[in-house]
Amino acid sequence: MTRTSAPSGDRTSGAAAPSPSRMVLSAADIDRALTRIAYEILEANKGSENLLLLGIPRRGFPLAQRLAAKLAATDPSIDPAAITGQLDVTMFRDDLAHQPTRAPQRTELPASGIDGKVVVLVDDVLYSGRTIRAALDALVDLGRPQAVRLAVLVDRGHRELPIRADHVGKNLPTSSAEKVRVRLAEIDGPGTVDEVVIEAGA
Amino acid sequence: MTPASYLIRSASLLGGATADVLVRDGAIAAIGDGLDHDGTTVIDAASLVALPGLVDLHTHLREPGREDAETVETGTRAAALGGFTAVHAMANSSPVADTAGVVEQVWQLGRESGWVDVRPVGAVTVGLAGDQLAELGAMADSRARVRVFSDDGICVSDPVMMRRALEYVKAFDGVIAQHAQEPRLTAGAQMNEGKVSAVLGLAGWPAVAEESIIARDVLLAQHVGSRLHVCHVSTAGSVEIIRWAKERGINVTAEVTPHHLLLTEELVRSWNPVYKVNPPLRADEDVHALRAALADGTIDIVGTDHAPHPSEAKDCEWASAAMGMTGLETALSVVQETMIETGLMTWADFARVTSTTPARIGRLTDQGRPLEVGEPANLVLVDPAARWTVDPQAMATKGRNSPFAGLELPGRVVATFFRGHPTVLDGALNTPCLHGAN
Amino acid sequence: MRHLLDTESLSRDHAIAILDTAQEMSAVGEREVKKLPALRGRTVVNLFFEDSTRTRISFEAAAKRLSADVINFSAKGSSVSKGESLKDTAQTLEAMSADAVVIRHWASGAPARLANSGWIDAAVINAGDGTHAHPTQALLDAFTMRAHWAGLAGTPSVGGDLAGMRVIIAGDVLHSRVARSNVWLLRTLGARVTLVAPPTLLPVGVEHWPCEVSYDLDAALEKGVDAVMMLRVQAERMNASFFPSTREYARRWGFDDARLARLDALALKDTIVMHPGPMNRGLEISSAAADSPRSTVLDQVRNGVSVRMAALYLLLSGDLKSTPAPAPSAALPLVKDLP
Repeated sequence: MTRTSAPSGDRTSGAAAPSPSRMVLSAADIDRALTRIAYEILEANKGSENLLLLGIPRRGFPLAQRLAAKLAATDPSIDPAAITGQLDVTMFRDDLAHQPTRAPQRTELPASGIDGKVVVLVDDVLYSGRTIRAALDALVDLGRPQAVRLAVLVDRGHRELPIRADHVGKNLPTSSAEKVRVRLAEIDGPGTVDEVVIEAGA
Repeated sequence: MTPASYLIRSASLLGGATADVLVRDGAIAAIGDGLDHDGTTVIDAASLVALPGLVDLHTHLREPGREDAETVETGTRAAALGGFTAVHAMANSSPVADTAGVVEQVWQLGRESGWVDVRPVGAVTVGLAGDQLAELGAMADSRARVRVFSDDGICVSDPVMMRRALEYVKAFDGVIAQHAQEPRLTAGAQMNEGKVSAVLGLAGWPAVAEESIIARDVLLAQHVGSRLHVCHVSTAGSVEIIRWAKERGINVTAEVTPHHLLLTEELVRSWNPVYKVNPPLRADEDVHALRAALADGTIDIVGTDHAPHPSEAKDCEWASAAMGMTGLETALSVVQETMIETGLMTWADFARVTSTTPARIGRLTDQGRPLEVGEPANLVLVDPAARWTVDPQAMATKGRNSPFAGLELPGRVVATFFRGHPTVLDGALNTPCLHGAN
Repeated sequence: MRHLLDTESLSRDHAIAILDTAQEMSAVGEREVKKLPALRGRTVVNLFFEDSTRTRISFEAAAKRLSADVINFSAKGSSVSKGESLKDTAQTLEAMSADAVVIRHWASGAPARLANSGWIDAAVINAGDGTHAHPTQALLDAFTMRAHWAGLAGTPSVGGDLAGMRVIIAGDVLHSRVARSNVWLLRTLGARVTLVAPPTLLPVGVEHWPCEVSYDLDAALEKGVDAVMMLRVQAERMNASFFPSTREYARRWGFDDARLARLDALALKDTIVMHPGPMNRGLEISSAAADSPRSTVLDQVRNGVSVRMAALYLLLSGDLKSTPAPAPSAALPLVKDLP
């Protein structure tokens, strides 16, 4: 995950000194990947029943919202706001004592709660797997889903835990020295062009 | 054994003209240029200032009773290193120095130590309790020949008791040294009352608690025609009252401590009890008023209020900490820093406020004398250009509670002569003067 | 921020970070599992040299909700009452691997002394020292005010401050660590504070504080106010000539029924009434005021746990810990040059 790889946060979009970077996903690529994931989710779930999309802050949440919108586009019975939520995992991390302090983000669940739901965790980049481990712990304290699945925009490898994604936008072989930057208009400000880039390590 | 003689070569006398000074048989034997050095130990004093040995009217030697904090031996070693040749040992020991027996004991301990003259201060009231006059006459007539009486640490707050004490000591030319602190106005007080105490939530020690007592006491001294000494003046208002009293011809003298000339209440924000002292550190404007008053003579002398404490008395929260700071080994440097480096005083003025006048107030006949042939050789040689960093661990006093720790100060005591004997040489303790003590 | 000792030195960014974190913590209290694993394996010592059951259980609940181990140490009946020094007590606790020490002490400055003396390495949180400071109380007060203020403006609390809010703090300011901590924090957050008290219960030097001062509660209310905070009058002040009688005090400086009604007459419909507790009903606040819909007394208690969770979390994890607090400089000398 970018969070574990970049202590100062995955929030620094373009503010850092320019380092050699290459774009791996364009805005159109991202959109196509999300469309495909949306179909996969419906297929795996055999419909939209009981589905809940929980984004992991910060960029997982807008991705969950986009996925919900795409689900709603194929199934008009879906209210995207009612099946989308945000799951903060900060307090469940295993590196709290060793990393810069993170201000916790809001956890917001749809009114339905998570009991008996098929929860799809949504995040931008899957890396060590530790964020997802924390997310699973956080979920346990909130209720008992029927099943938990994982959708990520990018899987960059280097897993440190036995965790895999059910739905992947793009598998991206990287070296651990590289940084994967995801830029989304909802987080990085209006005018930002969605993209995923790989930056060379320092 | 013939006492050694010393030729102090090319010292600047009181910071003025340069001359050689020959010390022999406990006295200044000759002053002049190119004196013959045959048979003497020569001390090169080029670029050094020669001053009369410092006299402290306000020292806490803690013995008897609190030998864990200081003894006469350790306190007088510190005094010698600080350039002193006489100190007045305050009466708040345990037992209190309120009888001829206790003051003679302290005086005797001083004689046996041999680093400086130790002049005991007698308590004004029995046990410093404020209810009954101590036997002032017996202390005056004792071998310690006490002339200064004080309940220091505690104010003689009862006006009748103060009046009687002032009157009574006239019989033997004594002086009452008052610790001016109105007790009710300072119940539980922890620091100066003002801007900083308001923020820190520490009970305030208002200036008026000092000033009201000084105002009362100068009027009492006038009324009964006696001699009053005001210990450790700390506020601008006190200076005004003393100035007024002196203009009226009242026989009052006043003292300021080195720490009140340099430090302010802002330091209390550190919560470090090394800055806890009584009277408390005051505001900037008080410090400036005290410096001006010392320079213009309104305040007569510098007294150290050297108050050593064992480490546990300061290694605690502010409210539980003891009040007081060490000062003997830093006094000269702090006064140089605040009064001479600032251009407010000359070295001759320095000699007046640290030696001549305190000796006169204490009625010491062989201290604070001019640098003249035939005078007792109580001298200090100072290197005014030296700079040093205060390290309480390196001091001779047992107290580690110096508020100047880590501060770089000017002026170093190179040598101290006590009755013609070098107690300090090359800035280090030499040997005590164990002969010829009277 | 290595320790939380007072609010005077608390920056606006740190203050808002604590309030924002408290906001997220407050949601935990409403969940089925009221616990977060953030401080698992950490030890928090509640070191109380002064009785305060309310504050201690608030800190205890906060630490436990964050999964920390909690050791309660009360000075009463312990070695402390037998003369053990603060230093020895603290070092004993550190030998038991305390990561944070929450200290309540009767002496002003004791927490700062503990934090800056080099006696221990643990983070120190001031849970009230003498008449100096009570930063978590001020933070929970600010948290309560911010929720109200943001609610009125229809803006989210998170990230917000108290800009423009008019606050009256009335009562025994002289002996109040709550007032001292609130004055600095509310100033930092942009509120306009007026202290109202009998002149005997205002410290000399209050004129240097960043607030207005008045002796007249009615006149202060007339000028318009968004929050009125009443301070507790301690029993030991009542016979020490700070004021003639409790009756006269209540009449001039108490928030009584008439003043509660006055808020309505002044069309101050959104003004809240606060009290840090415990209250002297009928003295500084009437029962009608304490129990009115304007009263936030119970909200304050509830918010106390969230704010203390935030403080513990921020001090015991990560980078706030690595930036040293701007310790009061002991640089010498502090005397300004002569003019």
